[in-house]
Amino acid sequence: MNATRQHPDLNRRAFLKVSLLASGALAIGVHWASASGTDQLPDGTWAPNLYVRINRDGTVTILSKNPEAGQGVKTAFPMVVAECLEVDWNDINVEQVPLDDRYGRQVVGGSYGTPDGWDDLRIAGTGALYLLQAAAANQWAVPVSECSAKSGVIHHKGSNRSVPYKELLDGAAALPVPEVSELKLKSRPEDFTLLGTFVPGVDNRRIFTGQPLYGCDTRLEGMLYAVFEKCPNFGGKVLSANVAQIRELPGITHAFVVDGTSDLTGLMPGVAIVAETWWQANTARDQLQVNWQTSQSDSTADYDRQAKALATGPGETLRADGDVESAFDSAAKIIQASYYYPFVSHANLEPQNCTALFHESGKMELWAPSQNPKSGRALVAEVLEIPEDRIHVNLTRIGGGFGRRLRNDFMVEAAWIARIVRRPVQLQWTREDDMRHDFYRPAGWHHFKAGIDDRGRMTGFDHHFITFGKDGRPVSGAGLSPGHYPAGLVPNFRLRQSLIDSHVPTGPWRSPGHSAYCFAYQSFFDEVALAAERDPLEFRLDLLSRSFGEPPIDLERSSATLRIAAEKAGWGRDPGPNRGLGMAFHFDHGGFVSHVAEVVAMGSGIKVEKVWSGIDVGPVLNLSGARNQVEGCVIDALSTAQQEITFADGAVEQSNFYDYDLLRIGQDPEIECHFIQSDHSPTGLGEPPIAPATPAITNAIFAATGTRIRELPFGRAGISVQV
Amino acid sequence: MRGRNMNQVTLNINGQAHTLDVPADMPLLWALRDKLNLVGSKYGCGVGLCGSCTVLVNGVPMQSCTLSAISLAGKEITTIEGFAPNNDHPVQIAWNDEDVPQCGYCQGGQILTAAALLERNPNPSDADIDDAMSGVLCRCGTYPRIRKAIKLAAKVAAEKGGAA
Ligand code: FES
Ligand code: FES
Repeated sequence: MNATRQHPDLNRRAFLKVSLLASGALAIGVHWASASGTDQLPDGTWAPNLYVRINRDGTVTILSKNPEAGQGVKTAFPMVVAECLEVDWNDINVEQVPLDDRYGRQVVGGSYGTPDGWDDLRIAGTGALYLLQAAAANQWAVPVSECSAKSGVIHHKGSNRSVPYKELLDGAAALPVPEVSELKLKSRPEDFTLLGTFVPGVDNRRIFTGQPLYGCDTRLEGMLYAVFEKCPNFGGKVLSANVAQIRELPGITHAFVVDGTSDLTGLMPGVAIVAETWWQANTARDQLQVNWQTSQSDSTADYDRQAKALATGPGETLRADGDVESAFDSAAKIIQASYYYPFVSHANLEPQNCTALFHESGKMELWAPSQNPKSGRALVAEVLEIPEDRIHVNLTRIGGGFGRRLRNDFMVEAAWIARIVRRPVQLQWTREDDMRHDFYRPAGWHHFKAGIDDRGRMTGFDHHFITFGKDGRPVSGAGLSPGHYPAGLVPNFRLRQSLIDSHVPTGPWRSPGHSAYCFAYQSFFDEVALAAERDPLEFRLDLLSRSFGEPPIDLERSSATLRIAAEKAGWGRDPGPNRGLGMAFHFDHGGFVSHVAEVVAMGSGIKVEKVWSGIDVGPVLNLSGARNQVEGCVIDALSTAQQEITFADGAVEQSNFYDYDLLRIGQDPEIECHFIQSDHSPTGLGEPPIAPATPAITNAIFAATGTRIRELPFGRAGISVQV
Repeated sequence: MRGRNMNQVTLNINGQAHTLDVPADMPLLWALRDKLNLVGSKYGCGVGLCGSCTVLVNGVPMQSCTLSAISLAGKEITTIEGFAPNNDHPVQIAWNDEDVPQCGYCQGGQILTAAALLERNPNPSDADIDDAMSGVLCRCGTYPRIRKAIKLAAKVAAEKGGAA
């Protein structure tokens, strides 16, 4: 494999930078610069994308630049360095760095962490090893090609000499840095020794002994605690509030109105209450009286009415291949069905929070469990009118992301409060605040019509998608790309879209778009296969066997995941009475995933007994992390399929786990993962397994019970998940 | 006005006595987190529905968000910080071998609840596990691993020749 790495911007190239630190450690960095030379930051410093230190005592420190929200990046990335550098995993330390422009992208989201890091990590590890080997060869006056490395030691076979890395640091630092194109980067699973194995998380010990890690664990000298009451009706402004009375309550140090802005993703109007303990601040809310001015009254009932009215209209055509109408005219059979899924919440177990300290110097310091701290810093800078270089953001471990923490409303609230209070302050939302002020996965209605020919192949596919929008464009998390499956696989294809005006905050929810839409179309495919009297597996494989124009996805990798999931599940067997198997496939965020689910009917309920997953995301980095994401996605899908967020009078009706209960232990299926290892560049797993999980389960429910779930949550069809 | 009077209480936490002034209605969770900076017990719901705030009171798992601090004088309270600080309890060993956590936020509550289960039932069945553990939510869905880890911990404890 060619080691010259291509950046999405083709004019950029990777460079290695090596230096000896004052501590005597050898520091290795990688950065991407214009092909002509190195880029420097305005202050003249050099900007590594990644930083690795080989310390004098032989240990290796890897700086982890992305926030960790449970996706496992803090463990998997250092594994790549250890693999390429040929050091033992036990000699690796991982350090979380703060937000710093020198590190480039620092985001958890879109499953991009893995593809982003893959090259940098391998270049750093391989580049360092290249220099260490060269330093040893120099010392012994032997050819480099005769030296090998293992467990932090360079060995020369001919003379049977060995030297640990820690004795080669000065020699390595003195050598010319290799061009990245000279490095041979490991890329094939069969070359890996550490990668692909089961490695426990680097923070486990701290988690198991209750050490501070998360945003809400931040404790600063003299810190106060804050709550922030916003209008339950989205966008409501404060006309007046009895803050003077609140200030008199025990423990309360401050209570004030925040005028805020009208940006639902920014600083919304509200009332801040600050106290010596969080309990006192929050208890004071019982006495808080706010006179709100509201301007909208969105409701689920009204959305339903609008969706119904739009369903008969033409919608806006987003894509039209061939001629669907004439395909329907000449079809042997027409199949039609409508699907619906509701709004849902992210329900991170760690409610939103942020700690802030406004220093006398005018510097703002934040401790933020944010998936996208850079955009949080920009938001704070804009709203508080503080230059970005005066804002320092410390990254904490995150108690669940799922896309919620790509929005940083909690950061700007904390910063605003801290600047007024002039003491360190921790803003902690309640569960109720969290559930009522999320950026919800939008509801959607899908009206499908398919025409099949006399061989049961889809010749026409019309899809009318009703979603939420503003100014003619879908709102955040509500859109569907015109390239979405099965575009390009059916000769006559049409995607139409209609928009409902909404005033509630929406946003990306784990595999945005895909995780919702996949339920609809992969369930409908089952209906089409059934109408065509074809086996759902054979139907799907056949659909993936040809394309019209450029194949929209890698058809071979797609089919392979279906085949392996089906084979492992024993697809085609008779599962027995009251049991059924269902399957689904989807591609998103670079990952190919198929699931087969086995469901058993139990009275009015069901139990999902087992799920077999076929996955291709290239080589697996950490087998533990990879399986954990697949398991988590399947369970998230099953959990979320039982939930809904509804609106009345412009506000959310749910408030806590009473009325938005997540899946409990015992309701979870057994999950068996089968990874297809290939030498395609690895991609992330935080998202791809979730989309096909819901329809695999609903298709299995149909097979077991004869009930076709066309609307979520399951409760609408009277189905509950049993332990 | 409610909560005006602070109450003094002496709590026995992780084998140490702490004398605190707390509002009468302050749950143990907030006394731990905000008064003692013991932040291992987590806030998830505040109403006894998620179990992130679980502590052991005289060895029994309880949700610290629903217990007032002053009601616990004289009781032995164990938080995740004091449970096995050397990380060598069979449950912690099994939790690491199965690499249970994703985000990890719920795991303190899971570990304490699992340890209490094994204490009274060294060899729990799947149904026993469901029963004992269903009060502790895991948003990330680590349930399959929790089940495996509890079974492994039972084995580790048996090999060590003692109760978990
Ligand atoms: S915070 Fe106590 S049970 Fe949820
Ligand atoms: S590991 Fe994230 S909530 Fe359990």
